[in-house]
Amino acid sequence: MELFFQNKIFIITLTFVAFFVAQIIQKKTKLILLNPILIAILIIVTCLSLLEIDFEVYHEGSKLIEFFLKPAIVALGVPLYQQLGKIKKQAIPILVSQLVGCVAGVVSVVLIAKWMGAPTKIILSIAPKSVTTPIAMEVSKAIGGIAPLTASVVIMVGIFGSIFGYGIMKFTRVKSTLAQGISMGTAAHVVGTSKSMEISENYGVMSSIGLIVNGILTALLTPYILQILSLWIEL
Amino acid sequence: MKQVVIILGCLLFGELVVYLTDFKLPSSIIGMLLLTLLLQLGWVKIVTVKGISNFLTQNMTFFFVPPGVAIMLYLEVIQASFWPIIVASIASTILVFIFTGWTHQLFIDNKKKTQKEIDPKV
Repeated sequence: MELFFQNKIFIITLTFVAFFVAQIIQKKTKLILLNPILIAILIIVTCLSLLEIDFEVYHEGSKLIEFFLKPAIVALGVPLYQQLGKIKKQAIPILVSQLVGCVAGVVSVVLIAKWMGAPTKIILSIAPKSVTTPIAMEVSKAIGGIAPLTASVVIMVGIFGSIFGYGIMKFTRVKSTLAQGISMGTAAHVVGTSKSMEISENYGVMSSIGLIVNGILTALLTPYILQILSLWIEL
Repeated sequence: MKQVVIILGCLLFGELVVYLTDFKLPSSIIGMLLLTLLLQLGWVKIVTVKGISNFLTQNMTFFFVPPGVAIMLYLEVIQASFWPIIVASIASTILVFIFTGWTHQLFIDNKKKTQKEIDPKV
């Protein structure tokens, strides 16, 4: 039986079932805190420990699913193309606000983590925390971070942002709807964007622009931002 | 089948660029930009890739369940830096909201005034 549980088909089926159940729980309860990814991870981790399956074995088996992350990012080219008109119309506000958001995100998280005494490997892992998981993980790998740690921090940031983002912006007087929408995508990526979609299509579209543009900028700039930062602090 | 070839082709191009130039950009991002360019040039029609693109982007969250589980392999490292990770990520996220929101809003307020004065370099 033990060998059966190490079967790749079993591992992949387990992952699908866990996510399916997680989606049902989310739909039934409508609680943002019960994020499907988090619940699915909890279900899988519980099953793995109960069945005494090694995490390494699970990791090997689930690589087939993880493979799809890269093609999924390529596929984001389609919504990007569809938003091009809107992006061109507001090219400067979008580019500049995204640039500011990207730099603020990377620099502040690195400085705070460093100040609190986190080791370099951890700092590198959380540097790209504002952008969507597949992109963040790729960046993390490229700069020498721990990609799975990046994934969980990104998910946590997304959930936090989607719950408190609009409150934070109200409090700090970000009034323009366009600015609110785009910031949601910049700071809280896909999770924030789906929250914006719930409010209105307009917010949703702006959010997805923030998500994509900040994703690209973060992928492009993070290695260089870190290089510049390493002139002042030890990384 | 054609759509799979297009998506994977773009990705492979990205991999090739990374391999040849030692560019620190994820291959998938290069692939995404290439796909956008091909659509913009009209070399690839949006109807051709619409199906697979919807499938991939709508199920994107599912694909990162396995990397999420892989976190268990790093529990010790994370436990050691639990608070720096949490505090830095949350404080930084709040800053991103404020900075992005203010900057974007600034432009909308200034739109009616002269645009020449705006320095896009920041």
